[in-house]
Amino acid sequence: MTKREPLSTTSEWTFELLDEYDEEISRIAKNFQLETYPNQIEIIGAEQMMDAYASSGMPIGYHHWSYGKHFLDTQKQYRRGQMGLAYEIVINSNPCISYLMEENTMLMQALVIAHAAYGHNSFFKGNYLFQQWTSADAIIDYLIFSKNYIQNCEEKYGVDAVEDILDSCHALMNFGVDRYKRPQQLSMKKEQSRQKEREAYLQSQINELWRTIPNYYDSKLEDKEFRFPLDPQENVLYFIEKNAPLLEPWQREIVRIVRKISQYFYPQKQTKVMNEGWATFWHYTILNQMYKENLITDGYMIEFLQSHTNVVKQPTFDSPYYSGMNPYALGFGMMSDIRRICENPTDEDREWFPELAGKDWLESMDFAMRNFKDESFISQYLSPNMMRKLKLFALVDDDKDTHIEVNAIHNPTGYHTLRQKLADQYNLGSLEPNIQIYDVDIRGDRSLTLRHFQYSRKPLATSLDEVLRHLSRLWGFTVRIESVDEKGKVEKLSECVVN
Amino acid sequence: MTRLIDKRLNSKNKSAVNRQRFLKRYKKQIKKAVANAVANRSIKDINSGESITIPSKDISEPHIYHGQGGKRDIVHPGNKEFVQGDRIPRPSQKKGSGGRDKASNQGEGEDDFMFEISKEEFMDFFFEDMALPNLVKTKITTVYDKKKVRAGFKADGIPANINVVRSLRNAYGRRIALRAPHKKELAEAEQELEDLLRKPDVENSIVAELRKRIEFLKNKIKNVPYIDEFDLRYNNHVDMPKPTTQAVMFCIMDVSGSMDQNKKDIAKRFFILLYLFLTRNYEKIDLVFISHHTTAKEVDEEEFFYSRETGGTVVSSALHLMYEIATERYPCDDWNIYVAQASDGDNWYDDSPFCSEILSQKIMQIVQYFSYVEITPDSHQSLWYEYEKIANAFENFAMQKIDSVADIFPVLRELFKKKDEVSKVS
Repeated sequence: MTKREPLSTTSEWTFELLDEYDEEISRIAKNFQLETYPNQIEIIGAEQMMDAYASSGMPIGYHHWSYGKHFLDTQKQYRRGQMGLAYEIVINSNPCISYLMEENTMLMQALVIAHAAYGHNSFFKGNYLFQQWTSADAIIDYLIFSKNYIQNCEEKYGVDAVEDILDSCHALMNFGVDRYKRPQQLSMKKEQSRQKEREAYLQSQINELWRTIPNYYDSKLEDKEFRFPLDPQENVLYFIEKNAPLLEPWQREIVRIVRKISQYFYPQKQTKVMNEGWATFWHYTILNQMYKENLITDGYMIEFLQSHTNVVKQPTFDSPYYSGMNPYALGFGMMSDIRRICENPTDEDREWFPELAGKDWLESMDFAMRNFKDESFISQYLSPNMMRKLKLFALVDDDKDTHIEVNAIHNPTGYHTLRQKLADQYNLGSLEPNIQIYDVDIRGDRSLTLRHFQYSRKPLATSLDEVLRHLSRLWGFTVRIESVDEKGKVEKLSECVVN
Repeated sequence: MTRLIDKRLNSKNKSAVNRQRFLKRYKKQIKKAVANAVANRSIKDINSGESITIPSKDISEPHIYHGQGGKRDIVHPGNKEFVQGDRIPRPSQKKGSGGRDKASNQGEGEDDFMFEISKEEFMDFFFEDMALPNLVKTKITTVYDKKKVRAGFKADGIPANINVVRSLRNAYGRRIALRAPHKKELAEAEQELEDLLRKPDVENSIVAELRKRIEFLKNKIKNVPYIDEFDLRYNNHVDMPKPTTQAVMFCIMDVSGSMDQNKKDIAKRFFILLYLFLTRNYEKIDLVFISHHTTAKEVDEEEFFYSRETGGTVVSSALHLMYEIATERYPCDDWNIYVAQASDGDNWYDDSPFCSEILSQKIMQIVQYFSYVEITPDSHQSLWYEYEKIANAFENFAMQKIDSVADIFPVLRELFKKKDEVSKVS
C-alpha cells in the first residue's frame, strides 16, 4: 500500500475535512464488509446535545414534563462539570442519524463517525432484534405523527388531561411489549389512515365486551372456569388499549403511541453490551487501520488511545467508581476476543469454541452480531480468557442466609457457572418483574387482577402502589395485584380501589 | 452516501416547553423553595436566579421493578482473594457488596433533585402570592428605559444609518489613493509618447505599444469604483441609561418580643417589594435599617431580620432616628427618601401623639412616600388611629393592615398609580 499524507494535523475540524475523513472511514468500513444504512451526520452544539439527551435521543418527541426534568438534570450536571456530554448520539433510523458535537476535536469527530455512523449503524441494520422490532424507515415519520397527534389532543382536551394519560402510560412503559410476538411494522401513512378506522372499531369492540344485554359471553360466563382474558397477557398497555372500558378513543391512541415508542427501544435495552461492544470494536479497528495507512498522525493516535482507554475501562468491584459491569468494556473485550480466537486460537479456545478457532474472523463476528442479544451472546461467546481478564466472580446474596456466598470464580470449575450467571444478568426476563394481566371480573365490579410471578423470591419495590394508581386511572375500576411464588402459592400484594 | 448537515443554528430550546411543564407541575414545591430563598436572601439580592431543591421522591416517575430481598446472583469483576465457597458476612445495607448502583446514570438516587431557575422565573414565583396586578409585575421586572445616543461611526450597520458625508469622503480618499500610482505612470507614459512622436524616425510598433499601455492605464484609472462597500460608514448609537437620581429607603421595624419570625417574614416581603419598585426608578439606592423597641438603633440587614429583643415599644424613637439620619446623611435636595415601616401595631399609649407630631411636622415634608403596614390579626391600637389622621392629611402616606402576604400590595398601590400618571404626562 502506498504511504499517504495524513489527512490533517491540527485538532480543528472543518466540513471539508469531515467529508474527507468520512470518505476514508467509509472505504475502510466497506473493506471490512460492514453493511450500513446511508448516513446523515448532523453537527450540533452542546445545548442541542442536552436537548437530545433529555428526549433519549429522539429527534422529535411529544411534550412531557419528565423530559423537562431530565433536561434540567443534565443541564445542571453539565454546568457543574460533573459530566461531560457523550460524544455522540445515534438514532436507529434510515438514513441513520448521528449527532456530532461542535466542541469535539477533529480526531474525536473521526472516532464518533467510525463508532456511530459505521459501528452502531451496521448493528442497527444487521441485528435480528432490530430487524424484528423496529422499522428504521418509518420511525421518524411515526414520531412526527405521534407528536402532532398528542399536540392536537392537548388543544382539544387540555394539557392536563393529556398529561394524566401520559403519566400513567409512562409508569407502565416497560410492560408495553409482546416479548414473544413480532409486532407489525410502523408506517406514518398507514397509521394516519387507519387511525380513524381503529377508533371506531375499537370502541365497538369494547362496547361488545361490556354490554349488559345477554350476548355471546353470557353462555361462557356460566362456566366457573372462564376467565377474561382467556390467557394471561403480559402486554399490559396493549390490553389497556384494547379493553379498558372507559377510555376515550383519543386516550386509547395515546396509550398506543407510548406502547409503540417503548417497543422501539426494546431491542436497545437487550443489546447494550453487544451494540456498544460492536461499535467500540469497529472504531478501534478502523482508526488503527487509518493509522496503518498513515492517514492520521502519531499525535492523533495518542489522543485516540487515551479516549478509547477511558471508554473501555472496567473499575473493579471495590473501586469507588464501580457501578456494575461497563458494557463498553465487556462488549469490546468479547468482540476483540472473538477475533483473537479466530486468528490465534489456543488449545483452550479450540476446546471451547471449535466452531470459531481458525475460521474467518469477519464472517464469525458478522454472524455473532446478527443473531444474538446480550443474554445469548454472553452465554455463547464469553470465553475463559475474558473471565480471567476481568477476574469475574459470582456471588449469591440470599436474604435467608446470614452470609453472602462466592459460588464461582474464574477457574476451570467456575467458568460455566460464571458464564451462565453473567448471561442471566442481562436477561430482561429476570431483570424485569414478570407481571401479567390475569383476570377481569366482567360480571361483577369490573376489577382487574394482575399477577406477579416471582423470580428468585425477589419482591416488587414500593413504587408498586403508585403504579397501580396509574393503572387504575387507565382501567377506570379497581385494580389489584397478586404475587405467585415459585411453588405456586398466590398472595394478594396490593390493591387500588376505585369507586 | 453520507450527508453532512450543520444544525448548529437550529433552535436550541427544544426542551423549553418540557421545562415549563416541569416547573408548572412542581409549582408548589418550587414556590416553597422560593419562599425559603426569599427568607434567606438579602433584600438587594432579590433580583437574581436561584437554585431550587426538591426531594427526589416527590418527582420520581414510578415504575415496577424488583426491590431489595430474595435470592440474587451477581457477577462482579476484579476478584482478588475470593475462592469458590467463601462466605462473606453481609455488609451493611447501603454500601458494600455493590449491587447495582441505581443512581449513577440517572442522577436520581436518594439525593434531592436540584436545578436552576432564572431571575425572571424566580420573580414570577415570588410575585405569585403577592397578588400583584400584571401591569405592576411588568413594571417592576422590566429594565428601565434606555436612551440611544450618538457615538461616532462604525463600518457596519443598516442602510438607514448610512452617514453620507463620511462615506463619500472615504470613497474620495480611496479613489485618490488607488488612482495615484496609475496616474503617475500614465503621466510618464504620455510624456514618453510625446517625446517619441517628436522624433522623426519612430518605429510604429513602439508607438502602438505605448498607446496600448496608455489605454490600459486609463482603463485602470477608470475602473477604480466610485464608491465601494468598505467606504460606507454608519452612524453608531449606543444605549445610555436615562439619567436617574438616587434614593434612600428606610426600613423601620418593631423588633419587640411580639414580632415573631412569621411576621418578620411578611415584613421582609413588604420591604422587598418597595425595594424592587425603587430599583426600577433609581440607579442608586441606599438601604437604612432601623429597628426599635423602646429605643431605636441603626442595624445591618442580618440583625434587622433575625435578632430578637424584648421589652415595650416606643415608635417615636425610630422616627426620630430616621429623621436624624435623613437630615444628616441624605439631604432631601439630593435624595429621594422612601420610608417603609412595619410593626404589629403595638405602641406605648402616650407615644402615639408624638409619632403623629413628628411625622406631620418633620418627616412628611422631606419624604417621597411613607408606607406603613400593621401585621396583626387583632384590632387596631392607638398608633393606627394617629396614622389614619396623617393618611388623611398627606397624599404620600399609605397604610394597611396585613394578615398575609397577599395584602401587601394595596399599601404600595398608590405609589404605583402615581408613577403611572407621571409617566403618562412625561
